[in-house]
Amino acid sequence: MPRQVIIDPVTRIEGHAKITLTLGDDGKLQDALFHVTQFRGFEKFVEGRPLTEMPSIMARICGICPVSHLMASAKACDDLLAVEIPSAADKLRRLMNLAQFVQSHALSFFHLSSPDLILGMDSDPAVRNVIGLIQKFPDRARDGVMLRKFGQQIIEWLGGKRVHPAWVVPGGVNQKLSPQRRDEILAATAEAMKIARRTIDWFKTIVDKYPAEIESFANFPTMFASLVNPDGNWEHYDGLLKFIDSKGKSVVEGVLPRDYDKFIAERVEDFSYLKSPYFKPLGPAAGIYRVGPLARLNCCKRMGYPLADKELDDFRGRAGNPALSSFHFHWARLVEIIAGIEGIQRLLDDKEITSDFVRARARPNRFDGVGISEAPRGTLIHHYRIDGNGQMRWANLIIATGHNNMAMNRGIKQVAERFVDGKKLTEGMLNRVEAVIRTFDPCLSCSTHALGQMPLRIELRDGMGNMVDELCRS
Amino acid sequence: MSANRKPKVATVWLDGCSGCHMSFLDIDERLVALSSLIDIVYSPVVDPKDFPTDVDVTLVEGAVSSEEDLHKIQVIRQRTKILISLGDCAVTGNVPAMRNSYEPAELLARAYVENAQSPDSRQPPTRGLPALRPKAQPVHELVKVDLYLPGCPPPADAIHFVVAELLAGRTPDPSQLTRFGR
Ligand code: SF4
Repeated sequence: MPRQVIIDPVTRIEGHAKITLTLGDDGKLQDALFHVTQFRGFEKFVEGRPLTEMPSIMARICGICPVSHLMASAKACDDLLAVEIPSAADKLRRLMNLAQFVQSHALSFFHLSSPDLILGMDSDPAVRNVIGLIQKFPDRARDGVMLRKFGQQIIEWLGGKRVHPAWVVPGGVNQKLSPQRRDEILAATAEAMKIARRTIDWFKTIVDKYPAEIESFANFPTMFASLVNPDGNWEHYDGLLKFIDSKGKSVVEGVLPRDYDKFIAERVEDFSYLKSPYFKPLGPAAGIYRVGPLARLNCCKRMGYPLADKELDDFRGRAGNPALSSFHFHWARLVEIIAGIEGIQRLLDDKEITSDFVRARARPNRFDGVGISEAPRGTLIHHYRIDGNGQMRWANLIIATGHNNMAMNRGIKQVAERFVDGKKLTEGMLNRVEAVIRTFDPCLSCSTHALGQMPLRIELRDGMGNMVDELCRS
Repeated sequence: MSANRKPKVATVWLDGCSGCHMSFLDIDERLVALSSLIDIVYSPVVDPKDFPTDVDVTLVEGAVSSEEDLHKIQVIRQRTKILISLGDCAVTGNVPAMRNSYEPAELLARAYVENAQSPDSRQPPTRGLPALRPKAQPVHELVKVDLYLPGCPPPADAIHFVVAELLAGRTPDPSQLTRFGR
């Protein structure tokens, strides 16, 4: 009789989730489901609130990438005001967004995933975490802590606080950058780059030790989507939406934010609060696509920064172009950290960055507005409708992690087929099922516009859904 | 706290945005020193799946919003000596409580019926998922809370201060370091 294994909560990910694996009599996998277990209701409860509150409220969707929600929300508001924001404000927003890329990628790589990579997928679960890392590999752990601090510190210097700064506003930002602060940030970039360098150099020496994981961690053909800039290069804040196929060929590009819903539709699965977006013209089955660091590297022509471009060449040479294994999200994240630091340096070298003119003011001039930016985890879409008083009437949010939902589901199937043997369950097998989810660095707080975290537990159920066995780590 | 073993500390994430947890990590280098003084026995950043039975201090982020949150917080209360409401969502309901002016069904309908285009399934999901409670509530409305650490999120310094004071055997007063709505 088939059995079910439930992993609840999934740990070292950003949100509330569990995984159900159904195994046949032969112990082989029959089905795998990834459940996101939290729901929050932002799309509804913002109704009636003034537009100007949106960036600050929407940032509370997620404390890991609040800056991304600030950006997408403020851009949707800019669209509703029908303003072009001052050029210095555009650059300052970019600066903060890149700082967030660095801190968020550092968190994903060092704090959440590196315990698997450094201590081992099968290592003792009691110490397989950032604290265990601090004790066993203090230098590596300190690098992670300091790189994250670098990004968080910039956010604090710009916006007054590290989590939920109120600095990004419709029309621009609410405070300029002083020359003195600019110099402080610039001074900090050298050390951050050293850490980023030694991390990626080290990663490239260990990546080949994971052939089985590379082969089975959501390694399959899908489409990819991301923003690219007008030259077709890597983009994180603004730009045009591009979809490529699994061979790297462009399917559609130059999509304006306002046209997103011609190409993206969302499907509801009965087992998850996280919806499943798909490429609308192809339908849910063929329209599966991935977003995030891997997708951005796959979709862009070049990174547009010298060191990151060298890394991109190396990445494409070894991981593939397009790279199809989600294991390579880790590597792509490290390439983006390098690009992020180079981008921060370039912005700070631009005289305009300390300009006084950082905010345009206008009243609402449109009833329908869309803002799209790239969050560390992928493309983030905020779509708002307001009434004549500037009060919210409706919102739709499509969050980075959501786009990856179908690929995550398929990914846990693939990895469970490869590693889970229903005759004898081991902790290391189940950790790999979670680890494939970690490669996507899902932010489930975000993704259900929910608030929350993602726990995981494994249950073994029979074909009738009765629980036969349960595996929890303690 | 007993002197002969490291205090056991847990951090829990109910209906919150994880920002309070991020603020905890924002103690930066101090995390290194702290990691040798305490055992983090349960948290989104470590792997144990079951809440241990004898935890000294638990920091709770987020409001109580689903049936699962309620169940968790009851278990946690039984197994924890000092329970701290971490951040405004836990302390007042804050952002999650904004949904309280609507029925859960209305909230779900917006997300899963109106804003979704699936030809076959246009119903809120339920399979294997915890149901929403009618209202999101602050933690102390459901279980006893020993200490409040407000802020959205509470600043890293305030969180560090509270943990350090508890480790020193004192009762912390974080009111100089943080406030509601911060
Ligand atoms: S108090 Fe603020 S930072 Fe903490 S969980 Fe709630 S919204 Fe997030």
